[in-house]
Amino acid sequence: MADFPLLKTRIRGKRIVYLDSTATSLKPQAVLDGMNRYNREYSANVFRGLYDISERATAEFEKAREKIAKFIGAATSREVIFVRNASEALNLVASTWGKENIKKNDVIITTIMEHHSNFVPWQQLAEEKEATLKVVGLQSGYKLDEVELLSAVKGAKLLALTHISNVLGTINPIQELIKKIRKINPDIVIVVDGAQSVPHIPVNVALLDCDFFAFSGHKMLGPTGIGVLWGKAKLLEQMRPYMYGGEMIERVTLEKSTFQEIPLKFEAGTPDIAGAIGLGYAVDCLRSIGMDNVRKYEENLTELALDKLSKLKNITMYGPGNASEKCGVVAFNVFGKSKKLIHPHDVAQILNEDNICVRSGHHCAMLLHNALKLAATTRASFYIYNTEEDIDALVLGLKKAIKILG
Amino acid sequence: MDIYRENILDHYRNPRNYGKLIKPDITQIGDNPLCGDSMVMEIRVSKGKLVEIGFTGKGCAIFMAAASMLTEHVQGMSLSSLRKLSKDDILELLGITLSPTRLKCALLPVKTLQQSVGVMDVKKGG
Repeated sequence: MADFPLLKTRIRGKRIVYLDSTATSLKPQAVLDGMNRYNREYSANVFRGLYDISERATAEFEKAREKIAKFIGAATSREVIFVRNASEALNLVASTWGKENIKKNDVIITTIMEHHSNFVPWQQLAEEKEATLKVVGLQSGYKLDEVELLSAVKGAKLLALTHISNVLGTINPIQELIKKIRKINPDIVIVVDGAQSVPHIPVNVALLDCDFFAFSGHKMLGPTGIGVLWGKAKLLEQMRPYMYGGEMIERVTLEKSTFQEIPLKFEAGTPDIAGAIGLGYAVDCLRSIGMDNVRKYEENLTELALDKLSKLKNITMYGPGNASEKCGVVAFNVFGKSKKLIHPHDVAQILNEDNICVRSGHHCAMLLHNALKLAATTRASFYIYNTEEDIDALVLGLKKAIKILG
Repeated sequence: MDIYRENILDHYRNPRNYGKLIKPDITQIGDNPLCGDSMVMEIRVSKGKLVEIGFTGKGCAIFMAAASMLTEHVQGMSLSSLRKLSKDDILELLGITLSPTRLKCALLPVKTLQQSVGVMDVKKGG
């Protein structure tokens, strides 16, 4: 098991029970060391200098890209574009492929379970282009309505779909869905938000057969400030740049500029070099555990959490009830006397007294909360460093919240 | 510091001036879409002073306690004093310190009240 320094820190003399990995994960020592080494030993710019430390920075930066490409099953590391996070990756596609290809009256499909990052860019694009945005809803069991989805994609230009819901934990069967969708509409471009899947389950973009796939480094043991857009080379090559500046230029004259090949075409300016290198080490860490093992560990922990939480009398959980159908995320509400809702902010605040870190609010998924007629929920999420003791601490904390505010 | 002290919990469980007025001069909706708190503040004014106030809404314990305490505090207050109410006045009423995130919950009632007074001025001027 990797070494996570944050787990050794103490607040009010007590350990931290970190249950918010869906928001961001903890960072292992190896990632911090890798980034530190860059900053201390060879913090030169990439693709610029001819001196040793710059060559080393370029080599490490590109090595990280290779590791990531291999980790997600990309055909080539040219398809791996470094961005700030999944949000930026999705915005990049909307602002380039989207603006060039979506025309008036075209149809864009998305779903009710999207994070705002994979909804608002498409909503704005549809508004700008006078295109139609269709939102696929849920069926029973907090699953995506497959019938509605398959009927909606007929004649649509683009589908933006999350791999895993960051609230419900629902794992969408993307691979099978895409197979069916391609038969119905071979021309549709499919954008997958993988922010919650790459950290937690094995992902292979070639098998998924999507066109674009976005994820963030900081949710998968890496640092903040670095994320990835993967895209099929054929599409990336046709697209115009997202931003202009250093690194992405081939030649500039007074009249005209030409641009680098992918991936550099999309990486204007000095990138987050330490971040990319850090993400490479995070990938090493996940590979050494094995993504099948990560999934198995989390599934067991989730099953335990669902079991222990469901024994609380005053709780309602939202999401598939079976750990095999969901990721390590449990969204819930607790109620006091005469079923009065204890506001998630109060729940989170009382849990914080015992250093239990959970999220409360709508988790950047207002559409989903509105559809479920909820103002807010409390969300606990798990990763490889969580244990049964953490779940027991959560249950005790919730009992305390019910006692104080119930 | 324990923010769920007895007087906060008391106002949370038994909010004062909770409910609608029969003949309000002004009805003001306030909400905080980020956390889902929403409220309706109703007031009656006479001779430049607030003479009756009532609120309804849902939100966390801090919001509820802040709204309840505020409605007690502003009874009979002049409109000019109402407009001068500040963040510190609310924290003093609550008697606790709050993180920036929770501060939004505590300040929604006073913000809504001050908006209602603003609306009233416009109405008068119009």
